[in-house]
Amino acid sequence: MGIRFILMVNKQGQTRLAQYYEWLTLEERRALEGEIVRKCLARNEQQCSFVEHRNYKIVYRRYASLFFLVGVDNDENELAILEFIHLLVETMDRHFGNVCELDIMFHLEKAHFMLEEMVMNGSIVETSKANILSPIQLMDKAS
Amino acid sequence: MGSQGGFYQSKEFLDLVKSIGEARSKAEEDRIVLNEIETLKRRISEPDIPKRKMKEYIIRLVYIEMLGHDASFGYIHAVKMTHDDSLLVKRTGYLAVTLFLNEDHDLIILIVNTIQKDLKSDNYLVVCAALNAVCKLINEETIPAVLPQVMELLAHPKEAVRKKAIMALHRFYQKSPSSVSHLVSNFRKRLCDNDPGVMGATLCPLFELIARDVNSYKDLVISFVSILKQVAERRLSKAYDYHQMPAPFIQIKLLKILALLGSGDKQASENMYTVVGDIFRKCDSSSNIGNAVLYECICCVSSIYPNPKLLESAADVISRFLKSDSHNLKYMGIDALGRLIKISPEIAEQHQLAVIDCLEDPDDTLKRKTFELLYKMTKSTNVEVIVDRMIDYMISINDNHYKTEIASRCVELAEQFAPSNQWFIQTMNRVFEHAGDLVNIKVAHNLMRLIAEGFGEDDDNADTKLRLAAVESYLRILGEPKLPSVFLQVICWVLGEYGTADGMFSASDITGKLCDVAEAYSNDETVKAYATTALMKIYAFEIAARRKVDMLPECQSLMEELLASHSTDLQQRAYELQAVIGLDAHAVACIMPSDASCEDIEVDRDLSFLNDYIQEAIEKGAQPYIPESERSGMLNISNFRNQDHHEASSHGLRFEAYELPKPAVQSRIPQTLIASTEIVPVPEPMYPRESYQTTMPSIPSDAGSAELKLRLEGVQKKWGRSTYTPATSTSNSTSQKTVNGTSQGDGASTVSSMRETYDSRKPQVEVSHEKQKLAASLFGGSSKTEKSPATGHKAAKASSHVVEKSHVPKSSLEVASEKATPAQQPPDLLDLGEPTATSTALQLDPFKQLEGLLDATEVASAVNGAPAASRSPDIMALYADTAAGIHNKNDADLLSGLSNPSVTNMPGTTAMPQVTQSSSKGPNPKDSLEKDALVRQMGVNPSSQNPNLFKDLLG
Repeated sequence: MGIRFILMVNKQGQTRLAQYYEWLTLEERRALEGEIVRKCLARNEQQCSFVEHRNYKIVYRRYASLFFLVGVDNDENELAILEFIHLLVETMDRHFGNVCELDIMFHLEKAHFMLEEMVMNGSIVETSKANILSPIQLMDKAS
Repeated sequence: MGSQGGFYQSKEFLDLVKSIGEARSKAEEDRIVLNEIETLKRRISEPDIPKRKMKEYIIRLVYIEMLGHDASFGYIHAVKMTHDDSLLVKRTGYLAVTLFLNEDHDLIILIVNTIQKDLKSDNYLVVCAALNAVCKLINEETIPAVLPQVMELLAHPKEAVRKKAIMALHRFYQKSPSSVSHLVSNFRKRLCDNDPGVMGATLCPLFELIARDVNSYKDLVISFVSILKQVAERRLSKAYDYHQMPAPFIQIKLLKILALLGSGDKQASENMYTVVGDIFRKCDSSSNIGNAVLYECICCVSSIYPNPKLLESAADVISRFLKSDSHNLKYMGIDALGRLIKISPEIAEQHQLAVIDCLEDPDDTLKRKTFELLYKMTKSTNVEVIVDRMIDYMISINDNHYKTEIASRCVELAEQFAPSNQWFIQTMNRVFEHAGDLVNIKVAHNLMRLIAEGFGEDDDNADTKLRLAAVESYLRILGEPKLPSVFLQVICWVLGEYGTADGMFSASDITGKLCDVAEAYSNDETVKAYATTALMKIYAFEIAARRKVDMLPECQSLMEELLASHSTDLQQRAYELQAVIGLDAHAVACIMPSDASCEDIEVDRDLSFLNDYIQEAIEKGAQPYIPESERSGMLNISNFRNQDHHEASSHGLRFEAYELPKPAVQSRIPQTLIASTEIVPVPEPMYPRESYQTTMPSIPSDAGSAELKLRLEGVQKKWGRSTYTPATSTSNSTSQKTVNGTSQGDGASTVSSMRETYDSRKPQVEVSHEKQKLAASLFGGSSKTEKSPATGHKAAKASSHVVEKSHVPKSSLEVASEKATPAQQPPDLLDLGEPTATSTALQLDPFKQLEGLLDATEVASAVNGAPAASRSPDIMALYADTAAGIHNKNDADLLSGLSNPSVTNMPGTTAMPQVTQSSSKGPNPKDSLEKDALVRQMGVNPSSQNPNLFKDLLG
């Protein structure tokens, strides 16, 4: 499975984007988000960007006010996931230009579309920014 | 663009997003969302909503669910939206549906039709949107509805469609492997797809397939190696580069696959050595992504058949990771070390200090990882230090999940490597004291067994000492408040069994403590039961030793309480205790031999000892025994036989012995009859009949006689006869009580279970001896190594010896199998999909295939050694953005965070031009100039919020 979920949460702990690759009920999501956000936000910058949580790991990275959290299986390469987050941010940056929290909020569906291109079935399937963005650009043009 | 919102967004939507964004508390956010729910409920069902508006509503629904509230009232509208003609609206509909619904939701059935239609669309983006939905919404039952179309799409001219179709098939495989088992060969075919994106995606399902069945994919080793080689040589499109690394995510996936394929396979591994070695050399160790690939190389090297050179490279990387300031790299280093020490244990030696630093680091993640490493390198020489540390840490944390894990690891290590009994007991006490309720009950049973059996040595004296140590420590620990139930059970059992065994403690000491326990934990019936039985044992041993028994007043009051207990189990035990106290020394010694928990109990299944008695009874006019089958019509049979044995009574003659009596039997024996006929072996407390003591140890007599009685007389129910019932309850119940719960039951139950465990333990003991020896020569242990680095040499030798040994049989086997199948292998290698290929083409084919992957221009650029040229526009664009953004964006701007990493990465790469790489890669002066400029700009720019990010990235 690899990636179990991708969350974007601001530093107040408010969810800005949530994509799960295994089904959880609303209550489960809420509980999980609360738990891990509390855990990750409490950590300082010197500490590892990885947190073990139950039987999986969370790899997280902070960009200004926004935290990107990725839940992964235990045998996943943490550093690679850390760079995957960065790739996602670079991709969003290329599309939005200096992406910020509000960009994601106003274009939630686009952020999701990018994720849909990059990750399927919990695996990273596309890492070329051009390939990730081209369907979105085509849709923009069409509409 | 940016934060101003899109052209088509309404003010309402902008306001909603803004207010959510500005909400200062969860309560405020909830209020906004609840308001929004009300609004939407009203609006969304209005007629003739324009589709742009509807799309916005749907996104607002997504917000509602994302913020933790139910938006099910609008699901149907999301489903409807998937029918829309406009691609953007349709895709938003699909997105919302995949976020809202799971594959078993009732509404899915409404979407399947739409998906089917969309899969046939001429517009490939519509097809892609539908395939995304397929991956998330199709369950086992609906797979057949879309499978044929997905299969067709595997050959679609658009690579994006092929990629998603592969992933859809992958999903089907995950959901229901059997439904697509005949189609898995498609994954092999797509591995040689012209498009690197499709090839990369295909690695995901292949990885899973290989993990499940390595041997069917050994033929692909050569292909994977050649793909990896070409990726590493930058022959893929530059679009896949990330921070100057060629397609690192594909490299990582390939390395993972190779690790699986090369595990324990010398021949396969040998094919990989060169390419993995190359990657070790080429990887940019100054960037995160380079280190990620290096880490994956280490994982691969430690999984495949060992190669000294690669192990050396891996060890170098590990030591660099461990010396780094970055916690992330240290973490990876510790993890990698844990993998590598399995193969070369001696490398831990040089990193002891780093490891100890990590262990003492305040960062919990790092600490835990280090404990994992320690767990892997525990030996009998260092077990004390390691387990001590682990327990200290276990006590300090609150996370029950991890506490349980670390507790069971402590127990495991202690059982395996305990240097002394004393230490073992102390360690177990600490574990139980602090995590008793979290550990598996079996651990407690194991501990009791260990104390009973000793450590398998012949030295009885040592066992006695072990028990004494246990008793002493338990008496001390009982003073502590709030002990876990499991621990108390162990304590009670051990005190009962061995409390007075060596005369150190008097019976009144021990019984007093036991009564205290029963009183202090009066809510815990299991503990009370253990305590009662322990009391009985103590008194029994006293009686058997012909000492005067004075029951303590508190014990008497406890018994009175238990005799009237609601729990029949406790009641039974109390009666039993009373009965035993009434017996004479000889009888007690028979039923409750001291220190006999490990003795076998022989059950006289034929009840031969009763023959005389029966003869006598028949002579006196008693009716002979009628076999069960012959009295099937009689009413009281079902009463009398335990409920579990209905089936027995209905079948023919029973030739096997009767089972041990069940509690039900006991309770139903008419008391008066028993007393008068004197058949029941143990008399009631008020009518002691010592004369029958000889029959006492034999449980079945009770059953036999009881049957007889029942048949003769009506059923008079009477509760409270205890005598031997516990034995039966223990013999066939699996509850906790089984373990040494009651007097004789003890014996019966433990004996059978003990035989098993004893057998299983024996080899284990031997292993641990062997291990201990090995360890002594291998590794001083983390505590010891500090003092004696000399052991390292031995370690190396010994370990390599071990490694060789373990591989010898395997490799010879492999050789054999290779010989057997040389003809088959080449075709597989050549052409991933078609078995018709010839073996001569084998070598060339993968390359050919891969050449197809590159379009002409890419190849050209790669050949020219000027890969940076094609990349530079991207980078510039990115930088232009960054540079511009710094001035326009406010603090909340993501870029400030984003720009840091990119900046920090760049100097890293430019500052360290890699000599080895320069020939192929070619430093690009233009690039580095730009980067320098950017760095300077960033340096003076105060907008960077997280200076610490630098650390993170530079490390």
